[in-house]
Amino acid sequence: MHWLRTRGRATAPYGLGLIAVLLIPALLNVIPGIAPGYVLYLVSLALIYAIVAIGLGILIGHTGQISLGHAGFFAIGAYASALLTLRLGLPFVVAVLVAGSVSAAIGFLLGLPALRLSGPYLAVATLGFGLAIPQLVVWQGSWTGGSSGLHGLPLASLPLGAFTIVFRTDQDYYYLAAAVLIVLTIFARNVVTSHTGRAFVAIRDSEIAARAMGVDLVRYKTTAFALSALYAGIAGALYAHLLHGISPEDFTVLLSVDFLTMIVLGGLGSIGGALSGALLLTFLQNALTRLPVVHDFKNLYIVVLGVILILTIVFFPQGLAGIARSWRLRRATRTLDRPAGAGQIVELGERSGVR
Amino acid sequence: MLSVTPDILTDLPWGQLLVNGLALGSLYALTAFGIVLIFKTTRVITFAQGETAMFSTFVAFTLLTAFQLPFAVAFVLTMLFAGVFGALIERVVIRRISTTTVLNPVIVTVGLSLILLGAAGWIWGYEIRTFPDPVVGPPFHLGTVVVSQLNALIFLVTLVLMTVLFAFFRFSPTGIAMRAVAENRMAAQLMGVSIGRMNALGWGMGTAMGAVTGMLIAPINYLDPSMMGDVALKAFAAAVVGGLTSLPGAVVGGLLLGIVDSVVGFEVPELRNTIAFALIVLVLVVRPGGLLGRHETKKV
Repeated sequence: MHWLRTRGRATAPYGLGLIAVLLIPALLNVIPGIAPGYVLYLVSLALIYAIVAIGLGILIGHTGQISLGHAGFFAIGAYASALLTLRLGLPFVVAVLVAGSVSAAIGFLLGLPALRLSGPYLAVATLGFGLAIPQLVVWQGSWTGGSSGLHGLPLASLPLGAFTIVFRTDQDYYYLAAAVLIVLTIFARNVVTSHTGRAFVAIRDSEIAARAMGVDLVRYKTTAFALSALYAGIAGALYAHLLHGISPEDFTVLLSVDFLTMIVLGGLGSIGGALSGALLLTFLQNALTRLPVVHDFKNLYIVVLGVILILTIVFFPQGLAGIARSWRLRRATRTLDRPAGAGQIVELGERSGVR
Repeated sequence: MLSVTPDILTDLPWGQLLVNGLALGSLYALTAFGIVLIFKTTRVITFAQGETAMFSTFVAFTLLTAFQLPFAVAFVLTMLFAGVFGALIERVVIRRISTTTVLNPVIVTVGLSLILLGAAGWIWGYEIRTFPDPVVGPPFHLGTVVVSQLNALIFLVTLVLMTVLFAFFRFSPTGIAMRAVAENRMAAQLMGVSIGRMNALGWGMGTAMGAVTGMLIAPINYLDPSMMGDVALKAFAAAVVGGLTSLPGAVVGGLLLGIVDSVVGFEVPELRNTIAFALIVLVLVVRPGGLLGRHETKKV
């Protein structure tokens, strides 16, 4: 019966999340003094970032491969979808799927040199990748719009049999982003708990041990890269259509660091952590712009980001997910009245992905 | 066969690009040297190297303008400041984190760089300033090649620093102790070397090297909080291309990067970072340990 209980416990937050998704627009209309449209736009943005964070979490948190250049994949997805809809007039859905695939293919290619690069080397190489993409966009200005970017993207739409849903308002778009996020969250959860996910974790914990157990490093490392690039690419496409326009300045190194901060703050190796980190950071960023005392918001946000990164690693290396986990454990051990060391063992088991 | 050679390659002012590239490369080499030094002593690859250098350069700027100090004095004071600053970072932050995973130091140094970036923007603002020229005077002519006084100074400073550092690591007991720590921490500790002191020293020296780059590149480019962004990437590329475990490798990598950067910058300035990235990937795929580095095989 043990597996039933853990499953029930793990599913509960997702159910609550789904209810929250449906209730948020209604709640916003009730609360006086706020512009629901703007808040929904902000939530949509947070949900899109959450998609990237989940993908990046699979790469860094589960597989242990660093990327400091995920804004590059985000940009590839955004530009692919913008160019396909603007220049070729392809439907939104096709553009998003192609954008995700292109990004995944490039992720696969980046995964190939990553096979030979470990830790710090990989961090530098991916940092370079993230810096190179906006430069390439500017360089190929004749069809990418150069540094002024691409604007006037068509509205997102979804053909359903005889009629077509067009996402016009912020609320429509919010539901779209939420639906994509939910599907991709469930998919990520299934991947992580499948044998592929266990292979990822094995690679993270020890490449040599994983190889000795027959884990195909080439296959799983490139898969992890492609998968996380797919998430970033799809999110990038949604982002482009949320803003109706993009420019190379949207995809700086700082954005890559934002993504990294989201998953570090949320807790590495936890999908729920990636989600909550993305939501929290996006709202924090927005809240900081509203502080009346701060005239120069950019500095404050950068400093806060840096402080979050350092404090999390120094004091809560497992992030928010770790705090929640130890809180749950403490409650469980208190009721069961176990000896002091027992909780520790369970936690170690969970951390390394053993189920 | 000769007709196949594109005009583009023969028309380039190769001599001039080489000299400019070597000057730029010397600066990359200094920062890369700092990165490798920090990596060798503490096993931490620092993503804050560019920002500590930028911060130190602003300190130098303040010393030069607000206090009206002569360049040489400000230069030495800034190096001292950077040295203490780096050692302090090691003491306060780096020592507290576990370096058993590669990820922790990467995240923490990225965090540090963000804090420094924001702090510099706060203190000195984002306006682009011109850094006072350390040397003024007519350039030297070597045939058709022009060597500005600043470039000559860069060559001189790099040469002197490299000689001093070579002697330090070769002959001084402290330098030998640092090499021992890099070689085998436990054995060094058993021989009575203070690991903590060597770590702090490595960080201090590495950070000071970055500050030198900052003070010498600011007169060429400009001074603002983002001044070291691209420079740090090139220095990283130099360190990785040369081999993160090799100090001479950092110098070779730096000079190589400088020449490539100078030629590419002349032809397609938009692609300077992209080429640096391509070079990293290319070299690492062919030689995973870098040109002069050792490829470390993990043992179980």
